[in-house]
Amino acid sequence: MKELFVRLDRCQGCRSCQLACAAAHSRSKNLFAAISETPVPRYRLFIERGEGLNVPLTCRQCDPAPCLDACIAGALYRDERGVVQRREGSCVGCWTCIMICPYGVVGREKERKIAVKCDRCPDLEVPACVQACPTRALIYGEADSFGADIRRAAAGVLARAAE
Amino acid sequence: MEKSTDLASRAMLKEAERQDLSTIWDRFAVQTPQCGFGELGTCCRNCLQGPCRIDPFGEGATLGACGASADTIVARNLVRAIAAGTAAHSGHAKHLAHTLLKAATGRAPDYPIRDEVKLKAVAKRLGIVTEGKETAEIAREVAEAALRDFSEKETPVAWAATNVTQGRVETFLKYGVVPTGIDAAIAEVMHRTHYGVDADPVNLLLGGIKCALADFAGCAMGTDLADILFGTPKPAVSRANLGVLKPDAVNIGLHGHSPILSDLIVQTAHDLDGEARAAGAAAGINLVGICCTGNEVLMRHGIPAATHSVSQELAIITGALDAMVVDYQCVMPSLATLAECFHTRLITTMPINKIPGATHIEFSEENARQAAAEIIRLGIEAFKRRDPQKVNIPSHQSDVLAGFSTEAIVGALSLLNPDDPLKPLIDNIVAGNILGVCLFAGCNNVRVTQDQNFLIMAKELARENVLLLATGCGAGAFARHGLLTSEATTAYAGDGLKAVLTALGQAVGLPGPLPLVLHMGSCVDNTRAVQVAVAVANKLGVDLDKLPVVASAPEATTEKAIAIGTWAVAAGLPTHVGVIPPVLGSSLVARVLTQDAKSLFGGYFMVETDPVTAARQLVEAIRERRAGLGI
Repeated sequence: MKELFVRLDRCQGCRSCQLACAAAHSRSKNLFAAISETPVPRYRLFIERGEGLNVPLTCRQCDPAPCLDACIAGALYRDERGVVQRREGSCVGCWTCIMICPYGVVGREKERKIAVKCDRCPDLEVPACVQACPTRALIYGEADSFGADIRRAAAGVLARAAE
Repeated sequence: MEKSTDLASRAMLKEAERQDLSTIWDRFAVQTPQCGFGELGTCCRNCLQGPCRIDPFGEGATLGACGASADTIVARNLVRAIAAGTAAHSGHAKHLAHTLLKAATGRAPDYPIRDEVKLKAVAKRLGIVTEGKETAEIAREVAEAALRDFSEKETPVAWAATNVTQGRVETFLKYGVVPTGIDAAIAEVMHRTHYGVDADPVNLLLGGIKCALADFAGCAMGTDLADILFGTPKPAVSRANLGVLKPDAVNIGLHGHSPILSDLIVQTAHDLDGEARAAGAAAGINLVGICCTGNEVLMRHGIPAATHSVSQELAIITGALDAMVVDYQCVMPSLATLAECFHTRLITTMPINKIPGATHIEFSEENARQAAAEIIRLGIEAFKRRDPQKVNIPSHQSDVLAGFSTEAIVGALSLLNPDDPLKPLIDNIVAGNILGVCLFAGCNNVRVTQDQNFLIMAKELARENVLLLATGCGAGAFARHGLLTSEATTAYAGDGLKAVLTALGQAVGLPGPLPLVLHMGSCVDNTRAVQVAVAVANKLGVDLDKLPVVASAPEATTEKAIAIGTWAVAAGLPTHVGVIPPVLGSSLVARVLTQDAKSLFGGYFMVETDPVTAARQLVEAIRERRAGLGI
């Protein structure tokens, strides 16, 4: 199953992923129109600066997921892709999910007072944030192959060090 | 999306794909998706604390580090673009002013005054006494007046103030947007957009309009001085599209915007025809135009136009272009890389435009003919290295009738009514045979299927009897698709427009009607259309913002186009733009440009990417103006 991965050395902090995410979760699906929609479309991933690095923070779709376990309204569920989603009409806006998420990537839609989080763009083959990333810092792929890429890169580093 | 509607371009793009050559379309694809902050205009890089970006969704930053809002940032970025466009147009004009001064003072013998009538007309407009003076003396005074227009003065920029209606001058004074120096206006924009200066978006936009009026002056001056030095264009028959390249000739492309070198190359080329033939080119030297340098030599010498704008690289991919000579503006750096894959010599000529990988032959007015000959000889040398296996010239080309300067249009009208040339035009507008006038200007843009918006809009408007004028790469689009012909008028014009163009065609002795679109020149020549509008407005005793005249840049690209569009709005024209400019990050700026401007200047921007809808909106704008005039 494909997951969303971050190449931590790549992010330039341009926030294109955020804009694409918000536009993908708008009614119009178009940035120019999305910015004047109500409710304001929310992006569901964040770029933070940590120890000199730009770090895209995305929902890890944890399993077990603290947000899902903590939701008192039973508004969160795991879909067939393994993605934690919010049920329409169930969220009571208690923000327990926001308190419990270790990555801080659950946001809120102020107008309807409901939680919003990454739904991994169910209608798109590749999530909008990944498509928008100009440096390919965001990768949509299998965990094994992402790990293998890191191993290959690490092998190169070690080999050069041994020379 | 198709890359181009033009069959010659499509054939060359296939060739590019086969040979794995990168073109603007490939590079643009790699650039997408582009940064949303840039697209919205909400990225500020004006200080070393930036870049600051405003979150359009209101969750992140709502202010830059200095406190600048999205409104401030968008307005600052827009007026900086206007300043850049103004610098380019007026740089072109300043180059011509220096050339005229050298010509008038005996320092540039290759540049005689070719149009004394225009020289005297310009002098008169500027208030320079001509009686009893030698041509050289008048030319010197005009050149000095031109150069004076660049620095800050106590008085308005002459080329702006003397080229519009009195009503416009009063409007410009009322809103404090009269420039008193072209360079001064550019510098003022750079000052007020510097860290911690102007933060008021409306005040910034008014500053942008002031600078755009300096651009207008630069454009008008560029046209006037080029006409004085090289002759005012008259209707010229020629051809357009890549099919004008010849397999048995030394093909030399003249690319950029200035006539100063290109006109000399045209004058010098016949002298070297023999050398070209001796090198094996049976058809001698074949000069072809690219972009607005192409328009300059098409209008004055009937030199065929090879291509324009986004398809400039494709001329090299024919494998038959031996040299591409460039001056300045809209010359893509990629040409050098592409030229390396062929025998083509890319030759830069201007001290301010060098490209890594190109051959630089520095040109000056003092060594003009010598440099022109040296450049042509490089083309002949390259021809000898041409690989016949790589030659692939698409056959497509269209007939073209170009060269409709203001003087040529008024001249044609005077054949219908020698005493009152504008009367037939005005009568036909009043009678509704001509619903209104649309000036098409601007570039191609890689975001739009090449030429598509121009073609669809022109056909829609012509059917509604709108008289069509065109300049720059827009004129080039119409040229390669055969819209600068009598046949296009027969095929696409509404009955009223067809009757008027037929009467004019007969009057000037053409076998058919005038072309559907009148080619008025290069992009610097947009003021030619304003001159016609000013004459009509003055005759009717109304201001420009009352006339049924609109403008459109349906595939705009450059900062020059932004400057032109802005002065078109200030001149009172409803002005369509067919691509989304980077201003939507501020609803305030967008509203001022598209709505509030109307109450201040009469003109306003219309942003619409769909060409059919845009044409409909322009027709509605024309009808609104007609209703205002009671016609």
